[in-house]
Amino acid sequence: MTGLTGFPILSTITFLPALGALGIILFYKKEWTDLIKWTALGTSVVTFAVSLYLPLTFDMADPGLQWVEKTVWIERFGISYYMGVDGISLLLVLLTTFMTIICVLASWREINTKLKGYMALFLLTETFSLGIFMAMDLFLFYVFWEAVLIPMVFIIGIWGGVRKFYSAIKFFIFTFVGSLFMLLGVLAIYFYHGKVTGVYTFDSTILLLSPVAPAVQFWVFIAFFLGFAVKVPMFPLHTWLPDAHTDAPTAGSIVLAAVLLKLGTYAFVRFTLPMLPNASMAFAPLMIGISIFAIIYGALVTIAQKDIKKLIAYSSVSHMGFVMLGIFVFNIEGLKGSVMQMLNHGISTGALFLLVGMIYERTHTRMIGDYTGLFKELPVYGVFFLIVVLSSMGMPTTNGFIGELFVLIGAFKAHWVYAVFVAFGVLLGAVYLLWLFQRVFLGNFHYAGGHGLKDLGLREIIETAPLIILIFWIGLYPKPFLNVMDASLTRLVKQVETNYRKGNGEAVSPQASLDAAVVERKVE
Amino acid sequence: MEFTFLIPLLPLLGATVNGVIGSKLTKRAVGLIACLVMGAAFLVSVATFYKLMLLPEAERSVVVSFFTWISSGAFSVDIAFLIDPLSALMILIVSGVGFLIHVYSTGYMHDDKAYWRYMCYLNLFVFFMLMLVLGSNYLVMFLGWEGVGLCSYLLIGFWYEKKAASDAGKKAFVVNRIGDFGFILGLFLLYWSLSDLGAASLDYKTVFENVHLIDPAILTLIGLLLFVGATGKSAQVPLYVWLPDAMEGPTPVSALIHAATMVTAGVYMVARNNALYSLIPHVGNIIASVGIFTALFAATMGLVQNDIKKVLAYSTVSQLGYMFAAVGVGAYTAGVFHLMTHAFFKGLMFLGSGSVIHAMGGEQDMRKMGGLHSHMKITSVTFIIGALAIAGMPPFSGFWSKDEILWEAFEKGHVVIWAVGLLTAGMTAFYMFRQVFMTFTGECRADDHTKHHLHESPSSMTVPLIILAVLSAIGGIIGIPFFEEGTAAHQFLNPVFGHGGHEVHAEAAGAGHGSLEFILMGVSVAVGLTGIFLASLLYYAPMKKYAPSFWRPESIASGFKGLHKLLFNKYYIDEIYDYLVVDPIKRFCDWCLSFDLGVIDWFVNFAAWFTRLTAWASHKFDIYIVDGLVNSMSTLVTYNSTIWRRLQTGYLQNYALVFVVGVLIIIVRVLLG
Repeated sequence: MTGLTGFPILSTITFLPALGALGIILFYKKEWTDLIKWTALGTSVVTFAVSLYLPLTFDMADPGLQWVEKTVWIERFGISYYMGVDGISLLLVLLTTFMTIICVLASWREINTKLKGYMALFLLTETFSLGIFMAMDLFLFYVFWEAVLIPMVFIIGIWGGVRKFYSAIKFFIFTFVGSLFMLLGVLAIYFYHGKVTGVYTFDSTILLLSPVAPAVQFWVFIAFFLGFAVKVPMFPLHTWLPDAHTDAPTAGSIVLAAVLLKLGTYAFVRFTLPMLPNASMAFAPLMIGISIFAIIYGALVTIAQKDIKKLIAYSSVSHMGFVMLGIFVFNIEGLKGSVMQMLNHGISTGALFLLVGMIYERTHTRMIGDYTGLFKELPVYGVFFLIVVLSSMGMPTTNGFIGELFVLIGAFKAHWVYAVFVAFGVLLGAVYLLWLFQRVFLGNFHYAGGHGLKDLGLREIIETAPLIILIFWIGLYPKPFLNVMDASLTRLVKQVETNYRKGNGEAVSPQASLDAAVVERKVE
Repeated sequence: MEFTFLIPLLPLLGATVNGVIGSKLTKRAVGLIACLVMGAAFLVSVATFYKLMLLPEAERSVVVSFFTWISSGAFSVDIAFLIDPLSALMILIVSGVGFLIHVYSTGYMHDDKAYWRYMCYLNLFVFFMLMLVLGSNYLVMFLGWEGVGLCSYLLIGFWYEKKAASDAGKKAFVVNRIGDFGFILGLFLLYWSLSDLGAASLDYKTVFENVHLIDPAILTLIGLLLFVGATGKSAQVPLYVWLPDAMEGPTPVSALIHAATMVTAGVYMVARNNALYSLIPHVGNIIASVGIFTALFAATMGLVQNDIKKVLAYSTVSQLGYMFAAVGVGAYTAGVFHLMTHAFFKGLMFLGSGSVIHAMGGEQDMRKMGGLHSHMKITSVTFIIGALAIAGMPPFSGFWSKDEILWEAFEKGHVVIWAVGLLTAGMTAFYMFRQVFMTFTGECRADDHTKHHLHESPSSMTVPLIILAVLSAIGGIIGIPFFEEGTAAHQFLNPVFGHGGHEVHAEAAGAGHGSLEFILMGVSVAVGLTGIFLASLLYYAPMKKYAPSFWRPESIASGFKGLHKLLFNKYYIDEIYDYLVVDPIKRFCDWCLSFDLGVIDWFVNFAAWFTRLTAWASHKFDIYIVDGLVNSMSTLVTYNSTIWRRLQTGYLQNYALVFVVGVLIIIVRVLLG
């Protein structure tokens, strides 16, 4: 860690979970289930606690990367270990560290077999996800990007449901094939940049200074698109998602929805937009078209679902459409809405999966038709579920409203027709969510199993309550969250503009260039 | 007026306390908390009203900002309240009528198991309603707008074990969301047009100051989109269908939400945006036309309903239509005035019907009632006062407000609206008194068991009835048009509506109420009396004997069989919507799912299968062709070698022999060569 003057906080956060995982694997006997659980919980809590250092010391006015760690890794190829966090990734990092705690808690009783491996894999998922949000070196990014697949595939494949092998392999192949294209794109940029400037490097801040020619961007965009869009997932690359969600254990679904789905959209914001601005602009109509289609189509397919988990999975397709739309309308409001929605979707959809897991634990069925009138027997559960449903459908005073509002403003700014579709998507969201709530919670109590059900216990309330608090916090006082991303997104917009003009071969004033450049602030 | 934050906060506090620990408290405590916070909110509202009145007229528009809700770059929205005569009047209505209905509910809902949940929702509703009317910008209004919709959903479906109730709740929410779809687009179009002008804001003040700069074509669209929202919330054609179904909720809820307050939010919204709508009178005409058509349309359905609450529901839709007719033609004061009197008399009648239902053990069919007057005098008398008010009989409140609407429509040249309004007024008088006669007069048609249990409701229910009856009777005072300077309502609301060009015009004309207005008043009273008279011939026992043979319920029903059936089935609108909208969408959703699984996912699986097929084929190719070739080569070699192997016997003498023979051959070749 040469060139580092202070404490490597980002690496600490990233690798703490891996350390925990290593500890569990090396030193624990598989019978020590309680100890394993508590260690995993402890690790995730400590990681979250350490990650809270970031918002406490975050400089909102600074649009650049903070707490930067940079050290040469493979000099010959221009690969460095380069980590940094700015206003775009900070919230996603916190989301990851926070949701992992929820995931560990959600697995407390559900997972009874091979607990040791399970917890270790979960902690590894956290490490790799954090790595993706922090890596600023494209090679390092790629390494984390591929790495995160492995624990996830095992989590689905080993601890999953009925068709776990099918779903796990589908998930793996989809993302893996996508990533290969992404790697091609990364290499194309690497060699192109090297050939033009003589500097062969994977350092994204350097690559950003001189964007590749529009013709090259075109192909790289397609490659990146295939890599990122699978993870979002964008129509028509989405069919792995319902299967993966349905067969994943509860915590797997939560981490999939809350964290893994954000990787793709994050990568679009972080790399595609500023590195390939000309191609992004050129592809924007197509991207917007697909996003709008996904919003409406996803919602329509959601309405027709009969399995609660599948329903929520398909609703993600619709919700992530909002995020993608916000990215490709090319304005600050849309981007803000997107990043906000990434966070919101993580919280709300994560919470939905958590809640569905709780009822599944009791009844072992996920079919909507197997339940009616749960509200009567499980009032606390019903209230939680209702709040999350409302948040997911964008009710004012909840987080969903704030995100949808900004996406809507951004969409309107780009073209009013987009806004019409977005608003229509919001309307459809109310339909499937309320109908779900009605079918499951209202009516006379009945479920296929017959005997009575117990309402939520203390552990379950503790798991859910923080998410409920976040839902209202963001809904009522979103200012801190918006402020965090403000400077970085403003800079990003400038960056896109400047690079767009550079890509077109226009002259760019040094000042504009400087404004757009990523400023690093190392750890002091 | 910083203390105004208490007005919505108190009900929120009540909702929170009852929501969190209500299930552990006694019913008495729950009811006490809910009513106390409402009473306190009402008192603060009165204080606010009073303080506002102390200010000089020009300064009666106070913005109180509490904190910044959403801010990002140029976009900034505060949680802030606008206190002006309009909002002050609204908070009085909401908290006042709300308080009475809370008190009433303590009696009406007393035996319900989920009493605390009910009180929690009811308080929460009032919170959102107050936010709606107090907000000083469109987003706070929208917050309240969605919030009241949510509470309406929760309360309509309060008895969620009943499928009809939960269906009705969902229908209400979804239909409202369709309206909101227009509303939010209207908001953003407004915001965007203003930001083009450099006045990006959602604050009323800024918006109204700059709204005249917006391109009229765009402004028209904005006005229409906002009105789409109003048709959803305020149950106008074509989105009125949820309100009759909403009667599945407890009756006090129907009184508070689906008569007195929430459904008037659309009227409030248009009135609040008078600065905008005054600029686009053609949109106003559309609003007025939709309103008056709804008034008539709903009234025709009200004529034949037998459910005591359904009659009131259609009547509410109809009366809301009047209000839109008023605000549409630019008579904002008249619209808001009718909103207020309607809150009194319709709230009263709903509560009265609740009292009847309570006494009848849950029965809502008027054909099984009758003669209740002798059993429950307070309910009966107060209900009749309400009916007189809505029928437009002087001097009851409804007379003044309805008449002002009709007069202003006439006076502004909307003769058709006036005529349709008049016809509707006649119908209203008819079906209201049909209801009064069927319920309270004649023989009791209930079964003996029910008859035995008939009783007047407890004082917690009758006292609110009495108070509302008094208000229904005298609430019209503020709209009595016999003063030189116009009505008290006009004077009071002038700071809000005064700047609209329309209203100034009305004001000028309104000052000189001439003889024509008296004539029209006389006409509308005559029409109302005719309605009551016709109803009495049909349903009031002492009058029945004077009715000609064709004017009997049976002969009318058989004489106009088709029409009666059409009205009785509410024009089959629900069925038409189901057939044209709901079912196709459901089918389309199923189709999309089949497409997703059958085409897209099929393709994915096909790709996987195809890969496996090629893998299998390659495997076979490998074994039989590639490896086969190798193997056949080796077979060939082996085969050949079996031939040549014979040479290699391994015996030294054989080799020596061959060697010697070879050498000999070579020697012979050399010697011969």
